[in-house]
Formats: sequence, C-alpha cells, structure tokens
Amino acid sequence: MAENATRPMIAITDVVKKFGTFTALHGITADIAEGEFFSLLGPSGCGKTTLLRMLAGFEPPTGGTISIDGKDMSGIAANARPTNMVFQSYAIFPHLNVEENVGYGLKTRRMPKAQIKAEVDKVLALVDMANYGKRKAHELSGGQRQRVALARALVMRPKVILLDEPLSALDKKLRDQMQVELRALQRSIGITFILVTHDQEEALIMSDRIAVMFEGRIEQMDKPEGLYRHPVNKRVASFIGVMNFLPAVARDETQDTITLDIPSLGTTIIPRDRLGSSISVRDITTVGVRPEMLTLLFDANDTSEHEVEAEVVDSQYYGDMTYYGVRLRGQDAPVTISMRNTAGRSVAAPGSTVRVGWGAESIVVFRD
Amino acid sequence: MRYLSARWLTVYAVTYMIFLYAPVILLPLFAFNTSTIVAFPLTGFTTEWFVGLWHTETLHVALWNSAKVAVSTALLSTLLGAFAARASARFAFPGKTGIVGLIMLPLVLPEIIIAVALLIMLNQLGLPLSLWTVVAGHVLICTPFSIAILSSAYRGLDRELEEASLDLGESRWGTFRRITLPLVLPGIISSLLITFTISLDEFIIAFFLTGTDVTLPVYIWSQLRFPAKLPSVMALGTILLALSILLLIVAEALRRRSAARQGIDTTLAGV
Repeated sequence: MAENATRPMIAITDVVKKFGTFTALHGITADIAEGEFFSLLGPSGCGKTTLLRMLAGFEPPTGGTISIDGKDMSGIAANARPTNMVFQSYAIFPHLNVEENVGYGLKTRRMPKAQIKAEVDKVLALVDMANYGKRKAHELSGGQRQRVALARALVMRPKVILLDEPLSALDKKLRDQMQVELRALQRSIGITFILVTHDQEEALIMSDRIAVMFEGRIEQMDKPEGLYRHPVNKRVASFIGVMNFLPAVARDETQDTITLDIPSLGTTIIPRDRLGSSISVRDITTVGVRPEMLTLLFDANDTSEHEVEAEVVDSQYYGDMTYYGVRLRGQDAPVTISMRNTAGRSVAAPGSTVRVGWGAESIVVFRD
Repeated sequence: MRYLSARWLTVYAVTYMIFLYAPVILLPLFAFNTSTIVAFPLTGFTTEWFVGLWHTETLHVALWNSAKVAVSTALLSTLLGAFAARASARFAFPGKTGIVGLIMLPLVLPEIIIAVALLIMLNQLGLPLSLWTVVAGHVLICTPFSIAILSSAYRGLDRELEEASLDLGESRWGTFRRITLPLVLPGIISSLLITFTISLDEFIIAFFLTGTDVTLPVYIWSQLRFPAKLPSVMALGTILLALSILLLIVAEALRRRSAARQGIDTTLAGV
C-alpha cells in the first residue's frame, strides 16, 4: 500500500482531444488522489464532459495518456475500466425495475443470483431506496432516479465514480440536500469521485479540489478556498462566486510589499506574496473585492483599516443577509456589498450616504 | 375562430366516414349473400362461398405463394430498415439527408412506375420472373415503411442507455441483447406485421413481376373475369380484410407499447 501514497489514482498527462478541426482539449494534465472528491468546473463547451467521457472510455484521446490506478488506459474499452458513471440523464434502463437496474453490472460478472440480491439490497439501503426495488424508472421521481443511478455505480465497487452533472435535473431544494448527502456518502466509502458541473456553488460545497476549465484548458486547479480567495485571473475570479472589479495600478514596490492605487477606494500596501509567482507587478490593472470583504460602517463607533464615503443605490434583502449595491467615488457601476443582518441593525435606504470600510486583506490581485 | 359550426363539422365527418368505409362494408355484405349477382336487394344468407374457397386448389397455391412472398418481404425489409433506421438515428455522416430521402422515395413513387422499371431492368439482366422478383419489388416499397417505424423506435432509445450498459461491464453484443433489442423489439414486430400486410395485398408489382406462380391479389384479379366467381372473390376479400385489420391493430398496439416503455409520445405523429 506504500506505493499508493505516492501514486495518484488517476494520472492525466498532456491529454489532447480533437473533433475534426476543432480542438476540444488542449493538453490537460492533472493528478487525482485516491479517495479525492475532484470537480471539473466550467461553462458549457469548456471540454469538461469530454474529459470525463475519456476517463470512462467512451472517447479515445487524440494525444496524451490517461492511467487509472497505475494502469495505462489506452486501448481499454469502457466495459473493462475500473470506473463507473452516473449519467446526466441517469440512463435508468426503462424496461427493468430498480433491483434489475442496480444488479445489471453484477449480472455481467456472472455473480450468483442470491449474492446479487444481497449486494443490491445493501446498496439500495445505502442510498435510502430500500423499499423501491420493484419500481420501474417511470415510477420514480428525479431524486430517486439519481439515487438509483448512483447505486448502480456504487454496487460495482469501482476505483473511480464519474458523475456527469448528476444534480442538474433536480430542483434547488433537492439539489442542496443531495449535494450534502453525496459528499457525506463519498467520505464514508472513500471511493474517488470525479464530478462534472457548471455550478460553482456545487463544486465549492462538494469538492476536495476543483479544476476550473475554459475553452479546453485547465485555468486553475486548487482547493475550494484557494480558488475563492486567490483566483489566478479575472475569468476565474468572476466565475467563482461574486466579485467586484475595480481599476487599480501598482504605484510602488519594495522587496516585500506593493503599494496599490485604487482610485475608487484609496491606497493600500499589500504583501508581495499575495501575487502568485505567475503575476508581475506591471500586469496589475484591476483588483477584485468580494462582497463580504467590504463592510458598511453603520455605527459611528465602527472602524476599519481604511474607509471611504459612498452612496447606497439599491438593496436586496435575503433574510439573513442583505446585498447592497453601493456607488463608490468615481465608479459608475455599483459594487456589491453583503452584510449579515445581525440584531438591531436596520437596512440602509437607497440614496443614503454610508461609510464603506475595507482593508489590505480585502483586495484580491490577479492577472487580467 | 368559429368558421364552421360543430353541426357542419359533424356532417362532414360522417360523410367522410361513409365515403371511406361504405365500399368496404359492401364486401362482407355480398360475401354472405346467396345470389351470384352482386346487386341489391340481398336474397338470403349463405356461407357457401366461403366453403367453396376451401375446395379451390388454385387459390391454395396462390395463398401459399403470397405467404412465402410476404414473409420473405417482411423479414428482408425489416432487416434493411433496422440498419438504415439505426444509422440515421445514431450517426451523422455526409449526405445523410439525401441518402435517407432516396431510400424513402418509393413511398411516394407510383407503384406502376416502379413495377415497369423493375420489369425492364430484369429483362435487360436476363433474369427470369419468379416469386423472388416479386419479393425484390416488395422489399423496395416496404423498406421505407419499415424505416419509418423503426426510426421512431430507435429515436426513443437514449444513447446513454447503451453507454451505461457498456460502462457496467457488459459487452457490445450483451448490450444489444439486454438493452437495445428489448427496447426496439415491439418496433421490429410492428414493422414485420405492417410490411407483411403491405406485401400480402400488393397487386401492381406482383402482377408485373410474377412468372407462372401467381400471388393472391393476382389470382383474385384473374377470377374477376368470371362473373360467377364474383361472390367467391367477395368472400376471399372479406377474409383478407379481417386479417389485415387484425394485423394492423396488433402492430399499432405493439408500437404504442414500445413507446410507452420508453416513456415517449404514443400518437402516430411520432413516426
């Protein structure tokens, strides 16, 4: 088992995929560890589903290699790979009932009937579908189909489970619930999960690590917090969460610090290590500020590292939070500021003047 | 939007139904009539014409020929239709629209044109006319029907179902046997029944391409020259009519069952 510690469960090396003259993937390289919940996140058409289908064995790569559990997968068909997929449509076999669907793969392995039954019952209990064995696909709700599709993959005890937008067909409430359940299940069984999604919130909630893809390239690969706090460029910054963009220039630099001029906020000094190695000072034209990193100083006693005066343009009340649109000095487009609605605090009315507090810590620096 | 009153629509519908089905109803009516002359008033009830059919040797030969032709046609055109439907439903290839259009063309081409063209071609090739040449002609006109029926069956078959089966470790052949076939089987049976029915009562092509072995419709046509045989023809027609209706009902029921299994629209518009 010692070698497992160093060897990734999945090694994707320089994988290229071309469809005719169109290049869907430009040299993807990624290592995924055993037991990791890894997400491929990106807008539709970014190549994330193509990459997943190549892991499953439905599409051969045009170039590069994919190895799973140390074995090169080139030339190995989908039915001989240690992966199982949860399809976007769930692909529940319509002429078979739930038990037959879940037992389908075990039957191909020539497992004795009694043993199949035992395995199927166990996995159906695991996904909370114990009493639905005799139902047909059309008698199940979306969430139940999703569970059956997952059970059908789990029962095979694969090395890797591939999930192609598995929650996109569910309504918001059920989706939120399934995200938590799926994550908990994955942790308890320890199988490597690879999730394809276009929903950044879903990726943040569920994943150990996320690869953000645009136009056939991995733009950034990091833990959810790393992606959120240190996006490498504007595109990633705006794709993950809400980000306010403000024009800025680097005015001065020393060995350890950079002095940033942000016309709408003011001047601040940030430590140099906040810039990734790939960014040079001259590249800085814009900085980002998350809505929760700006504060409205309602009370006269509230203080902050820096503060500026601004005008409230509008507000959206969410119960626990209020999102304010606030116009900063010299900036036409209002920035979004989120404030927790703690006891005794009223919502600032549009048109009123407020003090906006911020600090060097609020500022995110990245490439354009 | 009320251009037509409900009353007029009813009148129109009833007239239309009479126009469609009155001649068909006449068939059994005269088949059970005692008079050899096909005319009103009816003279009495008899089953003698049906009994007569039982003892007509040439009829049995023609019926057997027709059965051979219809079964061969049904099998061949359904097989060809299955290939074409699968290709057109699953793959994109250059000139697909044009090719599928050409295959479907015999559906709208006048049968007499097809028959004459085939006859000329067979003569040029020096091939003797036989039941096989009839089968060839029938396959030509039946395949489009088969494609239409099977295309709808294949379209309802989600590609991800076959992928899921492969993903679960099943082989290509196993996937075909356990997933594809059960899901399109009702469509295949429906195609077999419909092409069988079309071939069974097809006259023009059979008339041109048959050699010395006649099929049933050609036999019936030859009997029409003898006025005394007319009630027997009526009786035979009645049997064929009942059989055709039965087969078409079974075929449609199967097609709908297939559609319902896959959870898709069950009206004919899906064809």
